[in-house]
Amino acid sequence: MGLEKLLGDNIITTSVNSVAKWARKNALWPMPFGTACCAIEMMATLSGRFDMARFGAEVIRFSPRQADLMIVSGRISIKMMPVLLKIYEQMPEPKWVISMGACASSGGVFDTYTLVQGVDQFLPVHCYIPGCPPRPESLLDALMKIQDIIGEEDSDDKADEGRENPEIETEEETEESASAEQGVAEPSGS
Amino acid sequence: MGTSLTPEQITERLSKQFGDELSVYLPPGERAARVAIVSRESLEDTLSFLQTEAGLEFDFLVDVTAVDYLHFDDPSIQERFAAVYQLYSTIHNHRFTLKTPVPEDDAWVPSAVELWGSALWAERETHDMYGIRFKGNPDLRRLLMPEDFPGFPLRKDYPLRGRGERDAFPQYLDSGPISSGTREEGGGE
Repeated sequence: MGLEKLLGDNIITTSVNSVAKWARKNALWPMPFGTACCAIEMMATLSGRFDMARFGAEVIRFSPRQADLMIVSGRISIKMMPVLLKIYEQMPEPKWVISMGACASSGGVFDTYTLVQGVDQFLPVHCYIPGCPPRPESLLDALMKIQDIIGEEDSDDKADEGRENPEIETEEETEESASAEQGVAEPSGS
Repeated sequence: MGTSLTPEQITERLSKQFGDELSVYLPPGERAARVAIVSRESLEDTLSFLQTEAGLEFDFLVDVTAVDYLHFDDPSIQERFAAVYQLYSTIHNHRFTLKTPVPEDDAWVPSAVELWGSALWAERETHDMYGIRFKGNPDLRRLLMPEDFPGFPLRKDYPLRGRGERDAFPQYLDSGPISSGTREEGGGE
């Protein structure tokens, strides 16, 4: 654009979207849904040796309303699934889900009458972690993959549509989406 | 601390008291525990006797559970189920196991809640898993399975993978599963 030349070295120009994405992916607030041994590995990931804080995701929130990353770590029974779903629905958009370990992803060894055979039947899962239980490195890897997903998301993706703060969108796009909505609304109105 | 009795001695005391109503089952193997079998009708009296009789004084009901004898290869077993009572005496440090045959078409036994409060949840769980009703239990709701679960999972004729409950359980039939593509409607405006 050439704008940088005028502004000098002290000011960076970028889009609001990029800044929002950058902020989101480097400050994920996980909601731990630990129901089994995977939760122990999740705790290990949070503590000093593996230190999830290095990736900006150390602020574990036990209130879903303050979290944007759900880590389903452990087996989910059909009696627990409504609880999980209720907690997921309370998380504000945008939100992401990690299905940690074999049980959450597929039921694992518990191929029985009472266990949900993969939480992805009821939740949109963004990243699956294999393992029984997975090593903390795997969880960190999944976290980085979630960060990649957040970084790659388009501006008209669901993460932005359901956002809490309408002001984090560029002016151009607001105009575009507004005119697009009008374009849709006009034929139906006339 | 009293003197602890062997299962044989306890069975002897019971036989002296109840006579024909009690039979003793001896499983094969040297170290196998002797199990007394009483009829459903005399169960309450037997349990009450075991709890209060001097020298026995079983003050602790460890567990109430059940057995499903479907496909069980033993002609001496007449009924499909048996309720099992594991007893322990903290006074005398001895243990005892009592079984009651329970027919399949009329599956009930009298509750032991009046004698031991710990029977409350143990009987709930047994009812949940085997479908045996405990008459006199004041709160015989399901304990482990969802309230609207249709089957009794520990019965031998119940399939391990269930009858489809895990894929379509009733709590979700009204709302349906959530997918990432469709759950934005209504919230985006």
